[in-house]
Amino acid sequence: MEATQTALEPVSFETHPDHYKHLRLEVDGPVAKILLDIQEDGGLRPGYVLKLNSYDLGVDIELADAVQRLRFEHPQVGAVLVTSGQEGVFSSGANIFMLGCSSHAWKVNFCKYTNETRASIEDATEHSGQTYIAGLNGVASGGGYELPLACAEMYLVDDRRSAVSLPEIPYLGVLPGTGGLTRLVDKRKVRRDLADVFVTLAEGVKGKRAVKWGLVDGVFPTSRFEEAVQARVEEVAGKGHPERQGIFLDALQPEENDKEVRYRHVHLDLDTALRTATLTITLPDSLPDIPAQARDLGADWFPLRAFRELDDAIMRLRFNHPQIGLVLLKTRGNQDIILQLDAQMDARREDWFVHEVLLLMKRTFKRLDYTAKSFFAIVDQGSAFAGSFYELVLAADRAFMLDEDGVQIQLSVMNAGTFPMGNGLSRLATRFLGDPEHAQKMAALRSPVGAMEAEELGLITIAADDIDWDDEVRLAMEERVNFSPDSLTGMEASIRFAGPETMETKIFGRLTAWQNWIFQRPNAVGPKGALSLYGRPESPEFDWNRT
Amino acid sequence: MAISYDKIPNNVDLHTNRKVQKALEAWQPDFLDWWMEMGPEGFQQDDIYLRTAISVDSSGWAHYGYVKMPEYRWGIFLAPKQAGRKIGFGDNAEYEAWDQVPGEYRKELRRIIVTQCDTEPASVEQQRLLGKCAPSLYDLRNLFQVNVEEGRHLWAMVHLLHEYFGRDGRDEADEMLQRRSGNADSPRILEAFNKPVEDWLAFFCFAMFMDRDGKYQLGALAESGFDPLARATKFMLTEEAHHLFVGETGVGRAVARTAQVMQENPEADPRQLGIVPLDIIQKYINEWYSGSLDLFGGEDSSNAANYFGAGLKGRFQEMNPKRFTDHQALDGFYELDWVEDGQLRSHQIPMRRAMNLVLRDAYKEDCLRAVKRWNKSLEKAGLEERLYLPSQRFNRHIGVYAHQPFDPQGNFLSEREFDGQTSQWIPTTADLDYVKSLMVSVTKPGEFAGWIAPPAKGLNGQPLNFEYVKFVNA
Repeated sequence: MEATQTALEPVSFETHPDHYKHLRLEVDGPVAKILLDIQEDGGLRPGYVLKLNSYDLGVDIELADAVQRLRFEHPQVGAVLVTSGQEGVFSSGANIFMLGCSSHAWKVNFCKYTNETRASIEDATEHSGQTYIAGLNGVASGGGYELPLACAEMYLVDDRRSAVSLPEIPYLGVLPGTGGLTRLVDKRKVRRDLADVFVTLAEGVKGKRAVKWGLVDGVFPTSRFEEAVQARVEEVAGKGHPERQGIFLDALQPEENDKEVRYRHVHLDLDTALRTATLTITLPDSLPDIPAQARDLGADWFPLRAFRELDDAIMRLRFNHPQIGLVLLKTRGNQDIILQLDAQMDARREDWFVHEVLLLMKRTFKRLDYTAKSFFAIVDQGSAFAGSFYELVLAADRAFMLDEDGVQIQLSVMNAGTFPMGNGLSRLATRFLGDPEHAQKMAALRSPVGAMEAEELGLITIAADDIDWDDEVRLAMEERVNFSPDSLTGMEASIRFAGPETMETKIFGRLTAWQNWIFQRPNAVGPKGALSLYGRPESPEFDWNRT
Repeated sequence: MAISYDKIPNNVDLHTNRKVQKALEAWQPDFLDWWMEMGPEGFQQDDIYLRTAISVDSSGWAHYGYVKMPEYRWGIFLAPKQAGRKIGFGDNAEYEAWDQVPGEYRKELRRIIVTQCDTEPASVEQQRLLGKCAPSLYDLRNLFQVNVEEGRHLWAMVHLLHEYFGRDGRDEADEMLQRRSGNADSPRILEAFNKPVEDWLAFFCFAMFMDRDGKYQLGALAESGFDPLARATKFMLTEEAHHLFVGETGVGRAVARTAQVMQENPEADPRQLGIVPLDIIQKYINEWYSGSLDLFGGEDSSNAANYFGAGLKGRFQEMNPKRFTDHQALDGFYELDWVEDGQLRSHQIPMRRAMNLVLRDAYKEDCLRAVKRWNKSLEKAGLEERLYLPSQRFNRHIGVYAHQPFDPQGNFLSEREFDGQTSQWIPTTADLDYVKSLMVSVTKPGEFAGWIAPPAKGLNGQPLNFEYVKFVNA
């Protein structure tokens, strides 16, 4: 399977409601509706049928697109109803046959991507004034229940038939892969013993008991369901945000070949022989001031465009270039431009559009954090790692800085908490966890910093002069790409997230650890494993040893 | 301090190599400080008749002349580059040899080079007091020759660290000058290099056995796929030959003198005759030879397998078709007996894991040849005693025989039997004291201490009574 997944057409993460196969996006003033109506034969890859509103990556790409467009194109929306366009079923979750015929890397990246989409839904609810409400007008099982778990509220039709369930353990011998277990107890605060019963009960829980256990927020009979849910959505939406005027997100349409992916500001170079890539962001020569209506800047505004491109490039790296193990992060341009941009964005945070762009940047930095590849930031001549772009250095596993006149980094107000990590802290605070005073001092530092001082202050990893530079970087790169990729994934996921545990770090951490492990074990994927035998006449056979 | 690069003989383009210049600017003054503090004590202002490497031309690579040791021109030489050289063995065989450190093997190469490098200054420190009791000017000069050339070997290895390992390499090079042989807080890396060499028989044994281990280690590294290491060690071997000569002939001259005196006084107690009795010489051989075997590392070694597999360290004369045709060594086993459940049992070590042993066997052959030569003088003197190399199981501290009660013949004894006899096999305090009592300084040209025979001829065509060392305060 490994070979077929990568030999197929590369995945594109760009779509538009006009091209959706599986979703319908309806916007009516302050209320929007996302209808799941997944086409059975519309799978992204051959070999499976998307029955019962089950989904694959292609469906989730549309969902992520819809959430993004609601933010930018329909910012007046105050509440979003997620419901099904099919009779009797909300969603039966990730397609099991798709999982069965996917490589391990694909499964894990798929789960990670769907998690990020769920997190972006929660981010919209929390920070964009767009509250997501799920209307479960039919069975919601597995990932089909995890999607509503990411919504602020969910309502289930009480038809004595439709249940919510997480049947991964009884049916498949794996875990719900999209944060289901964590959200159950951390977000919905379901009692652990009830949660234990629920997640081992293949048929799930319906009706009043689902409400009583806290699995859903309410139930309505079929006759009243649509009306009642609609009323709740309208109540939550209120007037929405009529003052916000959306923009149009045009397609990025990068030029792509085996060696590179070229966007307007972002350039991804691939070195398949060395299994490395270079992500370079080039700044424009100048930037317009933010006008009275920031949205007038449109989708061409540099930070919006560049971070959409960066986000897209990271996705392509994950799915289309699994062999790339190390990514160099580079910037090119005049860093004063970034510092001016940061100052203007800081002054205009209240503007919905500026706010949305900052949220997008935050989510994109998190994508880096959650990507199972090594990142080295390369601060060299001509680079512009200042302010919000210095955040790339902080997100990198290591930063190499050339000790030479004219090579400087500089911090701005944007490094002090505008882009929190999954652990809720700024990258600066996480970096200096043992010395909060120093973290604060650095957050307030505004002067440009050369390499030796930056190393001394802990703002970069290694300063090297021009004599050492090539060797330091080359050796570190060659060494890195020759370590076991699995151990690197585990190592990076372990040390990138110092500090407090949050629901988000639990979800991603446990995905990396537990789900990765279970997905590899014979009890799931061996010839007699539960996932392998799902839908087949034989019963799974387990190795009964508990670890 | 500005360095005059003209004064550093080299073939590494030091004039234009900013990287090495930058590193040397910090390191060279520290090296001189180290030499003054830890180099030969008491002779730094004297004029020594020394050879200095000035090129890699095999017909005339060295220059002889009087020089004060601190003014010795330590240089940096790599054997000439072979165009298109390929890696000769292991999993990377047939790829082009690396001109740069491959990042994949950075840690292994760093470890190999650092370990080798550390032995060079260590031996200078171990021998620093010997000058005070040298048996002749000829020997005194040889000691200093060995010392300055160990210093040059330090330079050669430090050059690799400076040139190819960036900041880490510079840090490692600094530590070479900070560790001290025998210092409890900052010892040299290998245990054998932490005990002082206190008498001249010990020095000759050191040069015979420990330096000979060096020859084989350098020989194995001269096959390395990392070309600069191969070239550096190849040239070091040129100088090493003299050190081995000093050791082998030094022990041989002590044996010859003892044979001669015993032949003349067959009934006398050698201890009354001012010579080293053969049993003490045998004990020295036992101790130093067994110690040198430890330098090869464990008999069954995954490091050795990794180094060979990666193409970093080969066997001795790996590319000589008379020695080896299979350069993969993936098949076959090395059979070796060691103790399991209280009994000697045969074991099979997969060949790559046995590379330390394979190298050690080549070394052993070389040592046997020297012992044979020593025994010739016993034979000629009509004596019945013979010297021998102890079993590889005897007195070991590393590997499968470590800390086990084997006698020099390799018999497995009970702890009790063993403890009762060690004084017969290893020099006792009384033995060492006796040898020390023989150590008198002889400084008149052409004269030799009574416990050692003169060499067959002088150095570099000079007569035996040549003034190899000119004392400034004489």
